[in-house]
Amino acid sequence: MSSLQLAEVPKRFYGLGLPYVDLSELKGKIIVIEGTDGVGRSTQIAMLRDWLEVQGFATMETGWTRSELIGQTIDEAKEGHSLNRWTFNLLYATDFADRLENQIIPALRAGYIVLADRYIYTAFARAHLRSVDPQWVRELFGFALVPDIVFYLKIDVRMLIQRVLEAGGMDYWESGQDLHPQLDMYESFRRYQAQLLKVYDQLAIEYQFHVLNARHSVQRTQRVLQDAITRYLFEKPGAPRSRRRPKSTA
Amino acid sequence: MATLNQKHDFPGKLIIVEGIDGSGKSTQLLLLQRWLQAQGLKVFFTEWNSSPLVKKASKAGKRKGILTPTTFSLLHATDFADRLAQKIIPPLKAGMVVLADRYAFTAFARDAARGVDRRWVRRVYNFSVRPDLAFYFRVPIDVSLKRLMVGRTQLKYYEAGMDLHLSTDPVESFRLFQSRVLKEYDRMVKEYSLIVIDARESISVMQRRVRMMVQKALGIQSAPED
Repeated sequence: MSSLQLAEVPKRFYGLGLPYVDLSELKGKIIVIEGTDGVGRSTQIAMLRDWLEVQGFATMETGWTRSELIGQTIDEAKEGHSLNRWTFNLLYATDFADRLENQIIPALRAGYIVLADRYIYTAFARAHLRSVDPQWVRELFGFALVPDIVFYLKIDVRMLIQRVLEAGGMDYWESGQDLHPQLDMYESFRRYQAQLLKVYDQLAIEYQFHVLNARHSVQRTQRVLQDAITRYLFEKPGAPRSRRRPKSTA
Repeated sequence: MATLNQKHDFPGKLIIVEGIDGSGKSTQLLLLQRWLQAQGLKVFFTEWNSSPLVKKASKAGKRKGILTPTTFSLLHATDFADRLAQKIIPPLKAGMVVLADRYAFTAFARDAARGVDRRWVRRVYNFSVRPDLAFYFRVPIDVSLKRLMVGRTQLKYYEAGMDLHLSTDPVESFRLFQSRVLKEYDRMVKEYSLIVIDARESISVMQRRVRMMVQKALGIQSAPED
């Protein structure tokens, strides 16, 4: 058992939160791994879980659109291409709210470390490219808890395209085909993903992501993640508090 | 883009009815529809919670008991957004009269009564089209209960707000939950200029009032009939 323990930092909501949730009960931590497809988010999360559990911390994993309530509906709706700019975001918000209230908050109450594979920024980025009012989508997700730390695995568009093709190919939405149906799928994909990366760069500043270069080896990336988590989320018993705002570690 | 706070500029008209269950609003809307059609107007009717997009998820969520006040609210907002884009805006663009049985105000009332932040739910629905006429059928709880229990042996779980665990007795729970809903409606009367109709009146008296208001708003020439 390591001598590390979780630093106590009060939780807060991004906007108008859940009036019926008592934030002082939420003792655990939220670690977010953001990034586009093909950056190795799930590999890094699996390794973090191992590491944290060896350190003696209980962990819980939650992933974008994996909600019991609405995950399947989202898959089917995407299949049918029947979403408009509001329903697209409202379904994401429903997915997030279901996981927040039925998984994340109970885990935080029990003192777990929650590892989130993507977070609300994924919705912000996609909404941005679809000309949805950015203020509306941020207010919609106002009930989201501010994570304790957000890592963004950054990749360049060339590498991203190769990794996605390697992993099985492009789909309609990830190619932004709804935005430019006149383009062939590859052209549409390339353009959409390039725009997406630009939006993520803006979000990284707005939400103070720790930006990591996803071209580095899996082991090296993992080491950077572990160092940052140790630095910002843990404290040695008795040691003086150092609570700096996370800054980019890229 | 249309919002709830400013007048839309579609050629059609949007008329909505609100009120708790048992207020008689659906009957009133049906009678209004008959009359408008008899005047030769093209009418489109839509009702709350009827889009196929989230139907399965809502049903399963209720059955499994995993809905929270916030997911309950968001499922209804999704349903509404889907109907707005597919059912409400196209006939408004085509110059038709759209009749909606319940509108965003239902969400504002119920979700706030369930403990969701009332400012948040208003922001979520900010993309709604502002109705040209919004009728609120105000009825005391006892009258609504009496009407609902005719031909029924029990109240529906969510209608009675049983998910809030206010009481184990459905009738008592209905009373407590719907009083909260009524309070929320009352705050909206001024906020959104709802036209209050006393729903203790007879069906024909209410309908005459509704038709008079609609006639004025739509500029219909012939005299309203009973």
